[in-house]
Amino acid sequence: MKLTRKYKFIMYSILVLFSLYFLFPFIWALITALKTEGEVFSFPPKFIPDVPLFSNFMDAWNSQPFGIYFKNSMIVTVLTTIGQLISCSLVAYGFARYDFKYKNFLFILLLSTMMIPWDVTMIPLYMEFNLFGWINTLKPLIIPAFFGSAYNIFLLRQFLMNIPKDLENAARIDGANEFQIFYKIFLPIMKAPLTLIAVLNIILVWNDYLGPLIYLNDQSKYTMALGLASFQGVHELQIIPIMAMTLVMIIPPVIVFAFAQKYIVEGISGSIK
Amino acid sequence: MFTKKNKQKKFTLVRKRVPFLFILPWIIGFIVFTLGPLVFSLIMSLFDWPIAGEAKFIGFDNFSTMFTADPQFYDSLWITLKFALIFVPLNLLVALVLALLITQPIKGIKVFRTIFYLPAVVSGVAVSIIWGWMFNSEYGVLNYILSLLGIEGPNWLIDPKWAIVTIVIASAWGVGSMMLIFYTDIKGIPHEMYEAASIDGAGPIRQFISITIPTITPTILFNVITSVIAALQQLTLVLLLTGGGPLKSTYFYGLFVYNNAFKHHELGYASANAWFMFIIILLLTMLIFKSSSAWVFYEAEVKKEKKGGKGK
Repeated sequence: MKLTRKYKFIMYSILVLFSLYFLFPFIWALITALKTEGEVFSFPPKFIPDVPLFSNFMDAWNSQPFGIYFKNSMIVTVLTTIGQLISCSLVAYGFARYDFKYKNFLFILLLSTMMIPWDVTMIPLYMEFNLFGWINTLKPLIIPAFFGSAYNIFLLRQFLMNIPKDLENAARIDGANEFQIFYKIFLPIMKAPLTLIAVLNIILVWNDYLGPLIYLNDQSKYTMALGLASFQGVHELQIIPIMAMTLVMIIPPVIVFAFAQKYIVEGISGSIK
Repeated sequence: MFTKKNKQKKFTLVRKRVPFLFILPWIIGFIVFTLGPLVFSLIMSLFDWPIAGEAKFIGFDNFSTMFTADPQFYDSLWITLKFALIFVPLNLLVALVLALLITQPIKGIKVFRTIFYLPAVVSGVAVSIIWGWMFNSEYGVLNYILSLLGIEGPNWLIDPKWAIVTIVIASAWGVGSMMLIFYTDIKGIPHEMYEAASIDGAGPIRQFISITIPTITPTILFNVITSVIAALQQLTLVLLLTGGGPLKSTYFYGLFVYNNAFKHHELGYASANAWFMFIIILLLTMLIFKSSSAWVFYEAEVKKEKKGGKGK
């Protein structure tokens, strides 16, 4: 009994210590966002502001077109998620439930694309999108999502491989065509892995900085990530609004994560097996 | 009879085409957004390709410039390797320790799991802003806390010796996703294995070395490969946290390529740089895979044999 208490004490101490590393920067950002100008630059630093200024958030939001940035990020995130769900479920289904010529070759090709560093295709992609007239629009951030992504396809395919073959054979005898089988039978059972893909995509796209940095020029087209970074670049010393908007930016992925934590924890184990 | 045969023929033809219809989106995307640009970038690497004006074929000149006449190439390569050498083992170790911690059967452990994972869902932009403020040498809270412990903190982002450490600390903040991969794998190990071992008199450390580690070697391999690739391509944090400075001490390879392309507008040269890194990544991945047969144990191989024995 004594040993377990000692063990528990040590465990909790280690856990709390690590928690400080992961949690304190968020708390410090929040404290900073609620301070007055004088408090931010005082020494020693104040851990509790005299009067927490929640109005700092509104002031920061209105100081730049953050409403537009937020809307652009929403558009890109929602549309890419729809695109990924449609394209990846179709492609994964094709790979998992059919036998066809060159299947293994194509699948290995798909997996190997995950190893290509993004800067190898960065320049030609820019030129290609320029040719399409897509530069300084949200299109280069959205449209490729409708053609699938290797990791998501792989994840779904692993899931679909584990479903018995009898399922579609029974439906075929009943006279369902191939697309109906996919749409009416398989899509509903793919709910959990599709949710995982949606969540991973939302987090990835909402947070993306390099894509918007390369393809967007006008402030009116900026996403949250790019808008915030450029705001910080220009007004480096305005720590309070910067921190406030940083916190606003991290709210959507944190909410999504809070609702979908179960899917992430369970889904990851399926992906690597 | 004749029509029936014909019908069947038509049916098999459709059946043959159907799978390709399903994977068509990926095939189109692969050609337009991956293969095409990949080939084009290889071609560009053989050209002197300014952003405006005529592109000129120069053979392997870009590569020879890179290897013989550009000291920044070697500097950036070395900084990036140094970063990977610190970051990858550290990240793996921390992820593994955290995963072991959150598999402990104690109260409230799920809360800690959430806390540890939280920074992994946060944007690189937010990470760099938050840590940049933590590390600030004048008003930063980190050095204040260190001073309370009697330690004089370094000028994190100003001192060339410490800037790379700041990048390591800020990137390790997102260790949660790797932790989660280890966690699900460790949790999947059957309890009986540990019970049997403890009956045989194996202590917790012994159990960890002879049960946990061998079972999760495929996951370790997966994590090593993904984190090496990620470390060699680190760019967002460098762009935002240090901008490559001070004194180019964090001028990572990704930044080198990015600046050659979009700042100096030497598109051909940047393509050559990028292809070099691509080849390095391919070679490294192959090397890690080759070495893996010596230390990775696949459960599936055993399972397959068992299944084969039962018959299908």
